[in-house]
Amino acid sequence: MTIEKLSRRSMLGATAGLSALTLGACGTSGPGGAGGGGGGGGDSASYWALSGEPNETIYGDAVDAFNEGDKGSVEVTFFQNDAYKQKIRTAIGAGEAPTIIYGWGGGGLRTYAEESQVLDVTSWLEEEADYKSRFVESVWDAATVDDKIYALPQGATQPIILFHNKKVLGDIGAEAPETWEDLLGVVEKAKSAGIAPISLAGQSRWTSMMWLEYLLDRVGGPEVFAKIAAGDKEAWLDDAVLAMGEKVHELLEVQAFADGFESMAADSNTDQALLWTDQAALMLHGGWTFGSMKASGGEFVPSGNLGFGPFPTIEGGAGELTNLVGNPCNYLSLSSAADDKSVEVAKAFLKDGAMSDQVASDLIASGSVPVIVGQDEALAASEDAEYLEWVYASIQEAPAFTQSWDQALQPTDAETLLVNTEQLFLGSITAEQFAENMAAGKGA
Amino acid sequence: MTALSRESALPATGSGVERAESARSSPSARRPRDERMKTSHLLFVLPALLFFAVFALLPLVGVVALSFTTWNGIGAIQFTGLTSWIEALGRSSTWNGLGLVLLMIVATWLLQTPMSILLGAFLAGPQRYRNVLAILYFLPLLLSSAAIAITFKSLLDPNFGLANGLDMPFLKQNWLGDPVLVWVVLLFIIAWQFIPFHTLIYQGAVRQIPRSMYEAAEIDGAGRVRQFFSITLPQLKYTLITSSTLMVVGALTYFDIIFVLTQGGPGAATRILPLDMYLTGFRGNEMGVASALAVMLVVLGLGLALGVQRLGGKDSAASQMEGA
Repeated sequence: MTIEKLSRRSMLGATAGLSALTLGACGTSGPGGAGGGGGGGGDSASYWALSGEPNETIYGDAVDAFNEGDKGSVEVTFFQNDAYKQKIRTAIGAGEAPTIIYGWGGGGLRTYAEESQVLDVTSWLEEEADYKSRFVESVWDAATVDDKIYALPQGATQPIILFHNKKVLGDIGAEAPETWEDLLGVVEKAKSAGIAPISLAGQSRWTSMMWLEYLLDRVGGPEVFAKIAAGDKEAWLDDAVLAMGEKVHELLEVQAFADGFESMAADSNTDQALLWTDQAALMLHGGWTFGSMKASGGEFVPSGNLGFGPFPTIEGGAGELTNLVGNPCNYLSLSSAADDKSVEVAKAFLKDGAMSDQVASDLIASGSVPVIVGQDEALAASEDAEYLEWVYASIQEAPAFTQSWDQALQPTDAETLLVNTEQLFLGSITAEQFAENMAAGKGA
Repeated sequence: MTALSRESALPATGSGVERAESARSSPSARRPRDERMKTSHLLFVLPALLFFAVFALLPLVGVVALSFTTWNGIGAIQFTGLTSWIEALGRSSTWNGLGLVLLMIVATWLLQTPMSILLGAFLAGPQRYRNVLAILYFLPLLLSSAAIAITFKSLLDPNFGLANGLDMPFLKQNWLGDPVLVWVVLLFIIAWQFIPFHTLIYQGAVRQIPRSMYEAAEIDGAGRVRQFFSITLPQLKYTLITSSTLMVVGALTYFDIIFVLTQGGPGAATRILPLDMYLTGFRGNEMGVASALAVMLVVLGLGLALGVQRLGGKDSAASQMEGA
């Protein structure tokens, strides 16, 4: 009896203890882990960044280099892109954000700023004028909310570029299109040669959205979306939006996009593969694909078969050939939930580590253009000089650089946009329905 | 003193053994022991109850509460009464998602149940080669849904998938981009993943059917087919209910496969209600509306589970072995 009682009691105790432990663990293990919540104790700052090469190595090295100094330490954690977008929002909402928040500026940053979740760095930048003037001017727009700066530029500029396969275009007797008619001509020639005219990973939705961004710019000029981004939903009913939607239907009618494009997703890079395996003539994509095509495409990039150019103009349209859309760069914000010491460390890292000269030269080596001034010589010396210098010149000459729509808009509107974009490209809604849905905020 | 006086108050009849027995059976003496048992039972149940309360009930209460608010995930939570419910019930995507979930339940059940029963009955046989086959059949059970979805996504790629690898052009279809074809693909993959599990359940159940029933049927001259329909199938009634419950409620959780494979596309063709809830909450940042959808899903899941149990009749606790 005594033995039975003892064992029963001790078992109960053990169970209760275990459950208490587990429950306790659930209470404390926030996304940042011990010391991560709200920015870390002592002289350290937490920093969440995106995984994937080459960036993971470049920024990992930057953190290591900073930690070797005596200004405190930065703990970096890498996340996969799509997972990060949802995780960071939940973490910020729960007060568990890292000290340094990676982001894309624009509408997402605005929601953080309006809820006072990120620090206003305007006055700090005034004190650190040298640091501020390191960056090219065009990057500050997407970091500014109501005349205050809430984020610091980082990384490379990523305009959307119309890539083409020179070999394929040569074979079918076409040239890189500069007007809408040129583009339709390329489509026709490619179709009759049995080659996919345009590679598009339609399932990813933002890929199709890139077409809308340029079409609207070329038809109506950058002002139309500027109005929309400023919160005027009625601007979706502009005639230019209708014309944009009709251009998409025009492309669908001639089957301009690769067969089965609705099944293709950008995360597996099959859209790029279609271009570098000579199975497609054109591809509209972000500048970041240059690096991955160079890495995966064998001889495609080194042999000079990858062509690049601006999006064609549309006759009677207001947009210029040199207008750009895309991502000016990425941004780092400081969490307002972090303690003062962590913020000090984070500021030191942003100033000396995040976009150091080493980071800039690493970015150039990986085939992208850092958003730092005075890179001409370094770009010219790079093995990808032709492409990099063209991008660098483009962003400096561009009369307008419209931020990617899904990042410029508030997250809820961005999701509505992506849902309607997909349906427009499936041909299941008309241009009018697209405009009306967007004006009414009607999603799936 | 009190003990002594109580002892003397007892009737002095019978032997000590008898007295002890009568004391044990008398209700007044039994109660304290029962109480003690109850307390210890409660203590044993407590950890599980605690877990259930913290991880199931508490979030549920939270979701119900959130469904009466408007919240973008990071700002202040505003109590807005029925606004989120009106929004959730007024959106076409909610009803589209609900319809697709019901379609999913019916289609997966119709596809998986007959195949699982047949395979289960087949694999229940004692033959060696069937064991080898069983191992092969059960392989998909070892893989995670996400891994399966990623693999099939690569295989079904229109340009670099199976069609290209095997040089079979007819496999080059718009598998994930056509609203009808995408359902064929989904149902196939889900069946491929879950039929092994249900086969396992049926295999075990068939093995439990007494041989004597088949022997008796054989003596009566019943053939293989007759035996299957008159003995195997009726004896599997309760297994069928278990398997169907898992299948029906499971259909509400095929979220992962669809999320990886199609993201609800093309358009909203595979945007089933759980996925719609997730996308509304974590992409659209409308936590109030998403919570209302979540409450709908909980009610739907509970209702379906209870409904399937009811189909088994109220005597479901009765023996399956009657007449055996």
